[in-house]
Amino acid sequence: MADIVLDKVTKKYPDGTTAVHEVDLEIADGEFIILVGPSGCGKSTTLNMIAGLEDISSGELRIGGQRVNEKQPKDRDIAMVFQSYALYPNMTVGENMAFPLRLAKMDKALIKQKVDEAARVLELTEYLDRKPANLSGGQRQRVAMGRAIVRSPKAFLMDEPLSNLDAKLRVQMRTQVSRLQKQLNTTTVYVTHDQTEAMTLGDRVVVMRGGYIQQLGDPQTLYDNPVNLFVAGFIGSPSMNFLAATVEESVLRTPLGDLPLGDRMRSALSGADAPRELIVGIRPEHFEDAALIEEHQRAKGFEFTMPVDLVESMGSDKYVYFTVEGERAAAADLEDLTADAGGADLPPQDNLVTRLSAESRVRDGVDARVWMNLDKIHLFDPRNGHNITLHEGKAAGVSAA
Amino acid sequence: MSVSSTTPASSAAADAEQQAIPKQRGRRKRVELSEGKKQERKLGWLLCAPAAIVMVAVTAYPILYSFWLSLQRYDLKFPDEREFVWFSNYVTVLTNGYWWTAFGVTMLITVVSVVVELVLGMGLAIIMHRTLVGRGLVRTSALIPYGIVTVVAAFSWRYAWTPGTGYLANLLAPDGAPLTERASALGIIILAEIWKTTPFMALLLMAGLALVPDDLLKAASMDGATWWQRFTKVMLPVMKPAILVALLFRTLDALRVFDNIYVLTNGANETSSVSMIAYNNLIKGLNLGIGSTMSVLIFLTVAIIAFVFVKLFGTAAPGSDEGKR
Ligand SMILES: Nc1ncnc2c1ncn2[C@@H]1O[C@H](COP(=O)(O)OP(=O)(O)OP(=O)(O)O)[C@@H](O)[C@H]1O
Ligand SMILES: [Mg+2]
Repeated sequence: MADIVLDKVTKKYPDGTTAVHEVDLEIADGEFIILVGPSGCGKSTTLNMIAGLEDISSGELRIGGQRVNEKQPKDRDIAMVFQSYALYPNMTVGENMAFPLRLAKMDKALIKQKVDEAARVLELTEYLDRKPANLSGGQRQRVAMGRAIVRSPKAFLMDEPLSNLDAKLRVQMRTQVSRLQKQLNTTTVYVTHDQTEAMTLGDRVVVMRGGYIQQLGDPQTLYDNPVNLFVAGFIGSPSMNFLAATVEESVLRTPLGDLPLGDRMRSALSGADAPRELIVGIRPEHFEDAALIEEHQRAKGFEFTMPVDLVESMGSDKYVYFTVEGERAAAADLEDLTADAGGADLPPQDNLVTRLSAESRVRDGVDARVWMNLDKIHLFDPRNGHNITLHEGKAAGVSAA
Repeated sequence: MSVSSTTPASSAAADAEQQAIPKQRGRRKRVELSEGKKQERKLGWLLCAPAAIVMVAVTAYPILYSFWLSLQRYDLKFPDEREFVWFSNYVTVLTNGYWWTAFGVTMLITVVSVVVELVLGMGLAIIMHRTLVGRGLVRTSALIPYGIVTVVAAFSWRYAWTPGTGYLANLLAPDGAPLTERASALGIIILAEIWKTTPFMALLLMAGLALVPDDLLKAASMDGATWWQRFTKVMLPVMKPAILVALLFRTLDALRVFDNIYVLTNGANETSSVSMIAYNNLIKGLNLGIGSTMSVLIFLTVAIIAFVFVKLFGTAAPGSDEGKR
């Protein structure tokens, strides 16, 4: 067990692509950290540099306080789980798990004891003599985990270990991975492009994009206080709604109506270089059927009336879709999000997704009166994507005094 | 070919379903083939049939005819003495010192050249697989020897080793005549064989290298394997089918060694291979009976070796029983 420190770590491939730009990251001992981001953002490259499978172009990597840039993977005492599982096809399940121990010249009896123990934890005991080709995807995945845990390494690295499994199994395995990590309390770096996995698994999540870290924090912080449009759109499912808005004297003109601006926002937006055009971001659950809002809450919000496109009843709540007229929100960050496959969660830009209580009576095709929480609104600068509503790292809404 | 053995269940992922697999497999063995499988198999045979028929027509006739000839005393120099003698030709050949010398020479050439080719070919394959710059150039230059006609190559080796004029003879054996001494002549024959066919070996092995997923090697280095351990414990086992194919091809090829010996020594100083003496008896000596007997014996040797290799294949392919590859 050990902490892992990345100090301005950069990866430049021989062909000139810089896949990772001066990444600074401190991973505490026993922490479960997730690297998440769209395809090609440098997650695997970062992980491979920690593993020693890729050379570090510049910067320093320390494991347990020791510089390991020059160390071979085998000397770093780190275990890795691959997306393809990378099980040795010629060895049985037992032999696969015993392989790292055999290479470490461990005593035979001890190897057997450790393999049996790992097999028991992962419920693989009855498959120990099978070849990987005769296992299901989930079982192979567990063998790969088993091979990693038998040697009690300093850290686990996992590169999209669950993405070859079907949705249901993935959820099961997710819980198992999480439980295993808690049990073993071993530092773990986990790569995924699935934001749900990132939110549910990690102690802390690193959102990456184009080789840069966008934001680093615990899942709730990322969700509540995204620093920019990219993080706001990437985290959360269904994702945040984005609307184009303009600042007009003391109000914010949006397709939903004119929102009041509080003193703090007004002063923030009064500077000479303050943007006139803005992007409003609001999550689906911060809307509510106006009929269900209590009187004292009404003041904190803003109400509008719009025809309902579609109602999806989920039982616990209702997803209600509206069409927004007018100009679309446009920014480089949003294009990046839509370009990425992970952005499939992202609604079309003229679509407003709201999550209302199950008791709501709204129906398809009929006008609905909807309330939205002004404290939960984010404003983004379209030029650089920054969240300008953040106040001391916390989202403060638009109407705060 | 392996389509018919793919099990639909092996792609199912749900755990519960997997628990049932052992049972299911047992069942599959007992309840022979389903209707669809039968159809598939029939189609397989039909598709193979034309090729199989041509093969049988082209190869079976000469084989049977040789066998028929080998049972007769039949020397074209004495056509009147033709007689059916059962297996006495076999007794003659198998008790003859020349045959066994030639057999020994053939085996020596085969084993030494195939082993050396395997090692060199593997090295060459890895180099060709790993080089990033000038890949095409490296591959082309490595394959040149294989592209040269064997007889032409053999002649250039002969000239190179001819005392007085050959550069290799002058360089390495200025006082002797290497092609006229048994040991050195055999060495030169083997060298010529190796030079000629290592590229072929390398090509086949390179196809095998492509079978080894990068992740597997990465996983092995994470598991603590050194370069050598990655090679022997991961690469070689995964490549085993390709290695066996390469070995089979080259062994059978080497067993028939003829051109190089014919050109370099013409079989002098007991350097004849079995093909050489079969040729000498059959074509030069016009002794159809003895010559055919030798051909049949060569054929049997080849068949036995092929059989052994095919047996080895059976267990070679990892997970091949599931038809998953
Ligand atoms: N060997 C290489 N040579 C040059 N560029 C590379 C190489 N490997 C990766 N890259 C580039 O580096 C960038 C980051 O790649 P990386 O594999 O780390 O992405 P990723 O975040 O893991 O994506 P994914 O989710 O698709 O796995 C990509 O733009 C990729 O094209
Ligand atoms: Mg990746």
